[in-house]
Amino acid sequence: MGAQMVLGPYTPGAAIDAALKMKRSDVVVTVRESGLRGRGGAGFPTGTKWMLAAAATGDEKYVVCNADEGEPGTFKDRVLLSDHADLVFDGMAVCAYAIGARKGFVYLRGEYRYLLADLEATLERMREENRLGKSIAGKDGFDFDIEIRLGSGAYVCGEESALIESLEGRRGEPRIRPPFPVSAGYLGRPTAVNNVETFALASRIMEKGAEWFSEIGTDESAGYKLFSVSGDCENPGVYELPMGTSINELLTTVGAEDAVAVQVGGASGEMVTRDAFNRRLAFEDVATGGSVIVFGPERNLLDVLENFMDFFTDESCGQCTPCRLGIRRLLNGVRDLKKGALSADDLKMLRGLSKSVAISSKCGLGQSCDTPFASILDAHLKGVAQ
Amino acid sequence: MKATAGVDWCEVVDALAEKHDRKPHALMGILQDLQMEYGHVCPDAQIEVALALGISPTHVSDVISFYHFLCSEPKGQYVVWLCQTISCDMADKDQIAKALSDELGISFGETTGDGLFTLEYTNCMGMCDQAPAMLVNDEVHVSLTPDSAREIIAGYRREGGLG
Ligand SMILES: Cc1cc2nc3c(=O)[nH]c(=O)nc-3n(C[C@H](O)[C@H](O)[C@H](O)COP(=O)(O)O)c2cc1C
Ligand code: SF4
Ligand code: FES
Repeated sequence: MGAQMVLGPYTPGAAIDAALKMKRSDVVVTVRESGLRGRGGAGFPTGTKWMLAAAATGDEKYVVCNADEGEPGTFKDRVLLSDHADLVFDGMAVCAYAIGARKGFVYLRGEYRYLLADLEATLERMREENRLGKSIAGKDGFDFDIEIRLGSGAYVCGEESALIESLEGRRGEPRIRPPFPVSAGYLGRPTAVNNVETFALASRIMEKGAEWFSEIGTDESAGYKLFSVSGDCENPGVYELPMGTSINELLTTVGAEDAVAVQVGGASGEMVTRDAFNRRLAFEDVATGGSVIVFGPERNLLDVLENFMDFFTDESCGQCTPCRLGIRRLLNGVRDLKKGALSADDLKMLRGLSKSVAISSKCGLGQSCDTPFASILDAHLKGVAQ
Repeated sequence: MKATAGVDWCEVVDALAEKHDRKPHALMGILQDLQMEYGHVCPDAQIEVALALGISPTHVSDVISFYHFLCSEPKGQYVVWLCQTISCDMADKDQIAKALSDELGISFGETTGDGLFTLEYTNCMGMCDQAPAMLVNDEVHVSLTPDSAREIIAGYRREGGLG
C-alpha cells in the first residue's frame, strides 16, 4: 500500500548489473549522493558507512543484513523478506562489491524461521543465475555468497554489536563502541551491518539512480520509507510513504481518524498526542525505524507504558546495573501509579531515574528508555485518552 | 521430537559440527538444531558441543541461558508462545491466553502432564498487523480468536498422536 516504488515489481539482478557498470568507489558515491540513511532506527548515512568499510583494511570483510526485527510494532522487514527477497539480497551483493567483501550473513530472527526454506531457495536460484558465487555476472574477481544464520529470541541481538557477538557464538551482549563494526566487526574484521530495508533501498538506488531517491522526502531524510502500522486502525499493514509525511496524513491513509495518540518507533520510541499530529515522520522530527502503533480514545496509556517497561525488563541483557535494575523500578513505579499509590515526589524521582538509566547505559536499549517513559507519562497526564 | 535417552551425543554432535563447522562461531547453529530435534539441549549434549568446538561447557550453558528459544530442561513437544506485546495485548490477547490455559489445563510457564504442550509468553514476533499472534514451535498463527486457538491446539494434539 502507498507509493509502491520500493515494493513494486523488480527484475532480479537489475541492481547488481547497474552496480557492475560502475567502479566500486562510484557505487559508494551514488549511495552517498542519494542521501540514504539506515532504516534500522539510528539513521546513520549508508554511503558513509560503506565508505568507511571500503577504506578499512582487513584480509576479509563482511556484509551483514540485520533481519532481527524485534522492535515492537515493526514487521516491514518480514514483508520485504517474504515478497521481495531478491531486492534485499541483490542490495547485499551491491554492498559487497562496493566494500570488497566476499561473504555475507543474514541474521534472521528465530521467530521468522518459517521464512527460511523460501529464502534458501532464493539464494540457491541466485547461485544458479550467477548473482552469487564466483565472478558474479561475469565480473572477474567479484566473488560473494550469503549465509543465513538464525537468532533465538533475544531483542537485544538486533543491536549491531550484540548481533555480531551472537554470530560468533556468544551471548548477545552489546560491545562497547567504538570500535564500530565497520572497522572491527565479525571475527574482528571490517563489517557493514545494515537493516533489511536499507539493502532493498540500495538496490532501488542502483536501479533508478541517486537523484530519483534524493528528490523524494525532506532535505535531511531522503526517499521513501516503509511504515509498519498496527493497533487501533481500520487497515493495519505496511505502507510505503515519502519521508516527511505527517502523522495526520499517515493516520488518514490507514483509517485511524479517531486516534488520540501514536507510538512512533516502537517500545523505544516516542508517543505523540493528537495535538501534535502535524509533526513529520523523519529523522529530524519524529524519528522511526518504521513502527507506528495507534491508540484510540478507549485506551489507558499507562497500560501501554507498563507493557513497554515489562518488555525492556524482559529483554535487557543485564550487563549494566542501571538498565537491569532501573527499568524494573520504573515498571514497578508504573504499576503503583496505575493503582493510585504513587506520590508526586515518587513520580518525580522516577522521572529522574529514567533519565539516569538513559545516560548511564551501554547500548541503545537502556539509552532509549527515557523516550517512551517521559513521553507516554506526559501523554497520560495530559489526559488525551481514558 | 526425538527422545534423548540412550542417544550417542558424541556421534550426533559430530555430525552437526561437520554440517556447521568446528569453530565457536558454529555454536548457535548447532544448539538450534539440537533444540529443534530434541526440544532442549541436555547437559551431556552440551559437553559434547563444548568439546567439538574447543570451548568450555560453561560457555555453552551461558549461551543457552541467554536466549529465550534455547533451554537445557525438556519442555513440551509443542511449545506455544503467545505474543504479549502491545498490539497483541490490545487485540485481546488475554482472551486467547484464557482459552489456551483452559484448553490445556495449565498456566503459563507450565507443561501438560502428558508432556505434549508447554505454554509460554513471548515478545513482539513481527505479526502485529495480524494480532493477536502466537508461535507453536516454529509455526506462526495469526488473527487468533479463542475458538481458533482451541482448534489449533486440537490439531497439534491429533498430530502428536493423542487426539
Ligand atoms: C536494542 C536494539 C535493537 C535493535 N534492533 C534492530 C533490528 O532489529 N534491526 C535493525 O536493522 N536494527 C536494529 N537496531 C539498530 C542496529 O544497532 C544498527 O544500527 C542497524 O542494524 C544498522 O543498520 P542501518 O544503518 O541500515 O539502519 C537495534 C538497536 C538496538 C539498540
Ligand atoms: S543498556 Fe541494557 S541491554 Fe544494553 S548493554 Fe546495558 S544492560 Fe544490556
Ligand atoms: S505485538 Fe504481537 S506480534 Fe507484534
